[in-house]
Amino acid sequence: MLYVRLITMRLLKAVVVLFMIIIFNFVLIQLAPGDPAAILAGEAGATDEEFLRQLRERFGLDQPLYVQLWRYVSGVAMLDFGFSYRQQMPVLDLILARLPATLLLTGTAFVLSLFLGIVAGSLAAARVKKPSGSIIMALALLFYATPLFWVALMSVVLFSVYLDLLPAYGMYTVGAGHTGLALVLDVGKHLILPATTLALFFMAIYTRMTRASMLDASQQDFVKTARAKGLKNSVIQRRHILRNALLPIITLAGLQAGQMVGGAILTETVFAWPGIGRLMFEALQQRDYNLLLGIFFFSAALVILFNIITDLVYGLADPRIKEGS
Amino acid sequence: MTDSQATPLLSLRNVSIALPKGADRALAVEDVSYDVFRGEILCVVGESGSGKSMAANAVMGLLPKGVYTSGGEAIFDGQDLLQLSEKQHRTLRGLRIGMIFQEPMTALNPLMRVGAQIAEVFEAHGQFNGRERQQKALALLTEVGIPDPDKAIRAYPFQLSGGQRQRVMIAMALALEPELLIADEPTTALDVTTQAQILELIRDLQQRRGMAVMFITHDFGVVAEIANRVCVMRYGQIVELGEAEAVLKHPSHDYTRALIEAIPSDVIPEARGAETDTPLLEVVGLNKVFRSKGGLFKPAREVHALQDVSFSLVKGETIGIVGESGSGKSTLGRCVVRLERPDSGTLSLSGTDFMHLQGEALRRERHRVQMIFQDPYASLNPRHRVGYAIAQGPIANGTSKGQAMAKAKELLALVGLDGTDDRYPHEFSGGQRQRIGIARALAMQPELIVADEAVSALDVSIQAQILELLEELKQKLSLSLLFITHDLRVAAQICDHIVVMQHGRIVEQGPAREVFLAPREAYTRELLDAIPGREHELADA
Repeated sequence: MLYVRLITMRLLKAVVVLFMIIIFNFVLIQLAPGDPAAILAGEAGATDEEFLRQLRERFGLDQPLYVQLWRYVSGVAMLDFGFSYRQQMPVLDLILARLPATLLLTGTAFVLSLFLGIVAGSLAAARVKKPSGSIIMALALLFYATPLFWVALMSVVLFSVYLDLLPAYGMYTVGAGHTGLALVLDVGKHLILPATTLALFFMAIYTRMTRASMLDASQQDFVKTARAKGLKNSVIQRRHILRNALLPIITLAGLQAGQMVGGAILTETVFAWPGIGRLMFEALQQRDYNLLLGIFFFSAALVILFNIITDLVYGLADPRIKEGS
Repeated sequence: MTDSQATPLLSLRNVSIALPKGADRALAVEDVSYDVFRGEILCVVGESGSGKSMAANAVMGLLPKGVYTSGGEAIFDGQDLLQLSEKQHRTLRGLRIGMIFQEPMTALNPLMRVGAQIAEVFEAHGQFNGRERQQKALALLTEVGIPDPDKAIRAYPFQLSGGQRQRVMIAMALALEPELLIADEPTTALDVTTQAQILELIRDLQQRRGMAVMFITHDFGVVAEIANRVCVMRYGQIVELGEAEAVLKHPSHDYTRALIEAIPSDVIPEARGAETDTPLLEVVGLNKVFRSKGGLFKPAREVHALQDVSFSLVKGETIGIVGESGSGKSTLGRCVVRLERPDSGTLSLSGTDFMHLQGEALRRERHRVQMIFQDPYASLNPRHRVGYAIAQGPIANGTSKGQAMAKAKELLALVGLDGTDDRYPHEFSGGQRQRIGIARALAMQPELIVADEAVSALDVSIQAQILELLEELKQKLSLSLLFITHDLRVAAQICDHIVVMQHGRIVEQGPAREVFLAPREAYTRELLDAIPGREHELADA
């Protein structure tokens, strides 16, 4: 079948691209100032040359670059992402331990922003030149223009400090020992603030884009045809205008979805969310290069994966793309 | 049969429609009154900007934003349509008044299956259940003569041809058997043979169902084919209103006469020969295949745009390349100006091999063949003053700027636009822009001009002027012309020699008079028969 062959082809290409990214990242990170061995030694309180030499030897840092690269790439090919010297754990274990928390946060934010953005944008398009439409757009502009961390901090101040409705940080109440439904509710409560914070910015973009795209689509001839049939305005908006306005929104959603691993550093830091973003931030500060490369790999893989998914969704949303004209 | 019933189905009384502030006139339609009776086809005729569609849109309650009725009434079955609320109007649309539009390519929702779009009409008026709607849709598609209706009902619009899409539009408009059908230029975007079929279909359905049809068109040929009565409009006012026979044969108003005269009723060109025998352009065995690489979702495809095309053009001659869409006529034109490179064959210009020229050599020779494009709106850069747009070519070829600009002024004067070189394209009308396009082509001092559908986007009266100008310039500057068109009437007016193309091949070629009077091939005959208004006797010029 055409579809299967197509997806196989795309996946094969993706593997090639992924390995190019690995090599590129590896070389780039060598250009960064700072010697991991020196930092490790420094934190251990030892500074003598002999100890440093031993460290380098142990981690293979004394080898020429191409040898290091070869070792790394062949390791990754076997799903061995190396060892984090700092955390004394395999990189893969570290990432897999943090990945669910991040995906929960970014995934929730993704669905929330996409859904609310399209709804708000559709309303604004249907109420163009009316006060309610203008209010939606003003709010969207506000969220679009306000820095993420500021929204995060202010929502903590409002909802946690003043109103004491929601927890200010963390993923669950430490020491409460919830299980089952209680745990789900607890995590859910912790999720509200960071997910909303993260969603607001993209929601604003979806709102603006949905509105613009729908206003564009409403100028098309087939909308007049739909009106000539005697269809209700709400049906025309939903079935004819919105559907034809979706393509640019899918493009943007694909971009946002690709950032689900690496896009929440700020939010995770402010809300002390135990996810990949914070792991990456720490790895960066500690020159934990293996860990950093591992995280880069995962976020790159996700971007590529969502690119493929986006293309497939295009085909579903618009039959012309699938079959060509 | 028209006045058999005394009460009209629709009666417009002193209708005025106001345009938004800042438009070129205050009223799109001014104090217009006419009736549409059951069982008749009323053609509302006019050129662009005459306001011919506006009254129809008001009747449907589909006026564009900012445009509103400022007076009069439109009585339909006892109620004034202009006073209805949106909700009341909605219940009439599709149910009692159906409408079809000009652009079948864009008038259907590209993302919905054809069957679903037809079924929507029943849904809008709460009739039948889901399965019955599909069955009705199928019956309608069969009635409007779509080939393979079982398949078409599941097709998306892009999988259908222009004519088939227009049939779908008609099926949709007729779904609930409306008493009045409004057809707004429904055949303008179609090929002649398709146009003839659609006109036949509309007439046929109208007679079978006894509907009233309000048919809006700019083409008196179409009027002759289909109308019972005619209403001629100009600048928002009715110029002439009467029985079709009478108006076509004895137009009482000068404007009507001018419009009818602009269409050659006898499509028989005069016999004329070129002044010389010196061959200018020789095309032998030209081939061009377009291959689309298999993309993400589509298999690879090959289109043979040109297959073994040969003809030659002598100096001072006008050759018409005639064909329907997809015949390869435009590809041929683009090959001749070397915008496209043929795969094989030879293309020579007074003996020089024009096809294999490359780089600098090609740039030196390019000026000899120049092109005039179809769309006068899209082919001029909106940010450049027209003087500069014309001078650009010579400047690129090494003429000094001052000289080129002076020449541009001369050329503008030559095409009848004296002293306009410092204006921008949007300040000109369509016909004027096409004059600018001609001046731009002339600036390069070409020997051969390729005009690709150069008058197709223009109103008939403007068409006639542009053709006259081309003819005059051709004589004055001893040019040769390759005139690409889908419109045989236009070809008849200007061409010495006709080349008929279909599916990338030349079907027939010969002196224009011969091709028109004694076509040898069936396809040529089919094209000629499809010309609207051909067998009708129109007013003598």
